[in-house]
Amino acid sequence: MDNMTNRTNEKTKTMNFSFNESSMNEFRRWEKKFPEDPAGRRSLVIPALWISQWQHGYISRDVINYVAEITQTEPLHVWGVATFYTLFKKEKTGKFLLQFCTNITCSLMGGDQVFVNTCKKLGVKAGETTRDGMFTAVEVECLGACGESPTLQVNEKYYTHMTDDEVEKLVADLRKMA
Amino acid sequence: MAEKKVILDHINDEGEQTLEVYQGHGGYKALEKAIKQMTPAQILEEVKISNLRGRGGAGFPAGVKWGFIKREALGPKYLICNADEGEPGTFKDRRVMTVKPHIVIEGIIIAAYCMGLDAGYIYIRGEFFEPYQAMDKAIDEAYAKGYLGKNILGSGFNFDLYTYLGAGAYICGDETALMNSLEGKRGMPRLKPPFPAQFGLYGKPTTVHNVETFSAVPSIIANGGKWYSDLGTSKSGGTKLFGISGHVERPGVYELNLGTPWKEFFEDIAGGVRGGKKLKAVIPGGSSTPVLLPHELEGMLLDYESIASRGSMLGTGAVIVFDETTDMVKVAWRAMKFYAHESCGQCTPCREGCDWFYDIFNRIYKGEGREEDLDKIENLSKFIGPNTICAFGDAFVTPALAFIRKFRSDFLEYIKKGKYGLKSGETSHA
Ligand SMILES: Cc1cc2nc3c(=O)[nH]c(=O)nc-3n(C[C@H](O)[C@H](O)[C@H](O)COP(=O)(O)O)c2cc1C
Ligand code: SF4
Ligand code: FES
Repeated sequence: MDNMTNRTNEKTKTMNFSFNESSMNEFRRWEKKFPEDPAGRRSLVIPALWISQWQHGYISRDVINYVAEITQTEPLHVWGVATFYTLFKKEKTGKFLLQFCTNITCSLMGGDQVFVNTCKKLGVKAGETTRDGMFTAVEVECLGACGESPTLQVNEKYYTHMTDDEVEKLVADLRKMA
Repeated sequence: MAEKKVILDHINDEGEQTLEVYQGHGGYKALEKAIKQMTPAQILEEVKISNLRGRGGAGFPAGVKWGFIKREALGPKYLICNADEGEPGTFKDRRVMTVKPHIVIEGIIIAAYCMGLDAGYIYIRGEFFEPYQAMDKAIDEAYAKGYLGKNILGSGFNFDLYTYLGAGAYICGDETALMNSLEGKRGMPRLKPPFPAQFGLYGKPTTVHNVETFSAVPSIIANGGKWYSDLGTSKSGGTKLFGISGHVERPGVYELNLGTPWKEFFEDIAGGVRGGKKLKAVIPGGSSTPVLLPHELEGMLLDYESIASRGSMLGTGAVIVFDETTDMVKVAWRAMKFYAHESCGQCTPCREGCDWFYDIFNRIYKGEGREEDLDKIENLSKFIGPNTICAFGDAFVTPALAFIRKFRSDFLEYIKKGKYGLKSGETSHA
C-alpha cells in the first residue's frame, strides 16, 4: 500500500465507510444490550465489526476507523480485536466462503480429502478465491456438528455429510443462485 | 438401560422451538413454581441436593457455584451462558439451542432469580448463526410472555437476557476469556483469583454455566433435587448429553443417566463400531481428554469418577470413535495442529509449547521424525501445564502424552520408515 496517498486520504477514507440504514438499525438493537457507560460502549466493538462485515464483506481500514468512532474506542484497539478473531475477514473473499472442517472427526470421515479435492476442482489453493470471484475455500476448526461430519459451512449456513459429489452439486447450485 | 430424555424430551417434535409447543409439554411450569412457590434459598437447596455438576468440561458442582454469589452485594450482578462450544468433538449445545431454546432460557431465569442477578448474556460462537437466531427468537417470545424483563410473573424480580455473537476463537470458551471478549477485548484468559463470583463481567459478580447445565435446571425444580440426583450416581447427579461421532454406527447426541455402562451406550444405543470393524481407541470427552484403549473401556461407567479412574475425563461428553483402520499418528497430528492454532499467546510456555509440540508431531507425521522426538515431548510437557494462566496448557499436553504413550509403536514406525506419512497434497498445512 502506498503510504503517502494513504495518509493524505485518511480523512476522506474514514468517510468511505459508514453504516447504511439497516446496519444502523441493527447497531441500535445491540446498543440496548450493554450498560450505558464507556465499558458498555466498548462491548459494542465486536458486534459493530460483525455488522460492518455483513454490510461491507470484510474489515477494511475504513471499517476499523468507523467502528472506533462509534464505539468510542481507539482504532488500534479495534484493529487488535479484529485480528484476534478468525471470523473477521481482513480481505475480500469470494461471494461464497467455503469453510471445510478438517478437525479430528471430519478428517476421520474424509473431510480433509474433500477439501483438497474441492480446491483442485476449483483450481485454487487453500485460502484463495476463484478467478470469477465466486468461491474461496478455507480449512477451519471443529464446527460443532461432528455427528453429521464431514461438515462444510458456506457463509452462515451448515452443510453436513459432505462428499466430493455433494460439494460438486452444491457448488453448481450456488453458481446458479448467484 | 435406555436413553433418559430430560433435556432432550420432545426434541424431535414439530415446533418444539416455539414457546407455545414448549409450554404445551410443561415448559415454564418450573419457572412459575420457582417464582410463585419457592424462596431463593429453597431453590438453592434443591440444586445442591440434585448433585448437578457443570457440563462445560470441569464438572464443578452447580449448587456450590451458586452459593458463591452474595445476593445482598450492591450493584449489578451478571449471568453468562457459555455457548461457545468449541471443543473438538462436541456438538450438543448447538442442538439444544436450535431445537429447544426455551429450556435454556427457563433454566437461566430460574438461576438468575435464585441468585438475584440483573442481566444475562448467552455467548454464542460466531459460527453458530442458526442457533443464535433461534435463541433470539425464543428470547423475544419469552419477553412477550412476561418471563423476561421487569417484574417477572408479578414477583418484583427484574431480569434481562441477551445474546452475544463470538467471532471465532476457541479460547473464548474459557470463562474469563469469554468475559474479556464480551467486554469488547481480545479473548485472553484472566488470572484467577479473583474468581468470576467476585470479579466477573465488568468487574461485577458473575455466574457462568454451560448451555447444558442451565438446561438441567427446570427439571430439577419441577421434580425435585432428589429425583434428579437419583438418575445419576452418588457423586454425579442426573443425566448427561453425550455426542458420539467418528467410526460409529449411529452417531448423534444422546441423553443418558450418569453412570450408564459404556458398553451399553456404545454397543446397544450407538450401535458399536461402524461396518462391524474392530475398535482401536476412543476419545471420551472431547479432544482435550486423553485417548483410551479398548481394554481401558472394560467395565467403564459414564460418569466423572469412572472415566477419571482410567486416566481420562468425562469432559464435555464428546465421544470420538476410532476403528482399527485409523492412523492414530494422523489423529494426534491433527489435534496438535488445532491447539497450535488456538493458543491465545499470552503465556510463553503455552504459546511456544504448542508450536513446539505441533512442529514435532508434524515432522513425525511427514516422515521426518527423529528417535529422540518422543522423549522431547515427555520432557517439554513437564514445563507447560503448571506454568500457564488457563487450562489450555493441560488441554493439549495430557492428550499429547496419551497419544505417544499408548500408540508408541505407531509413532516409532513412522519415525523408522520415514517419508510415507503425509502423501503430498493430502492436507493443506494451512
Ligand atoms: C480452553 C478452554 C475452553 C473451554 N471451552 C468451553 C466451552 O466451549 N463451553 C463451555 O461451556 N465451557 C468451556 N470451558 C469451561 C469454562 O471455562 C467454564 O468452566 C464453564 O463454562 C463453566 O460452566 P459449567 O459450570 O456449566 O461447566 C473451557 C475452558 C477452557 C480452559
Ligand atoms: S495457557 Fe495458553 S491459552 Fe491459556 S492464557 Fe496462557 S497462552 Fe493463553
Ligand atoms: S470435527 Fe468437524 S464439525 Fe466437529
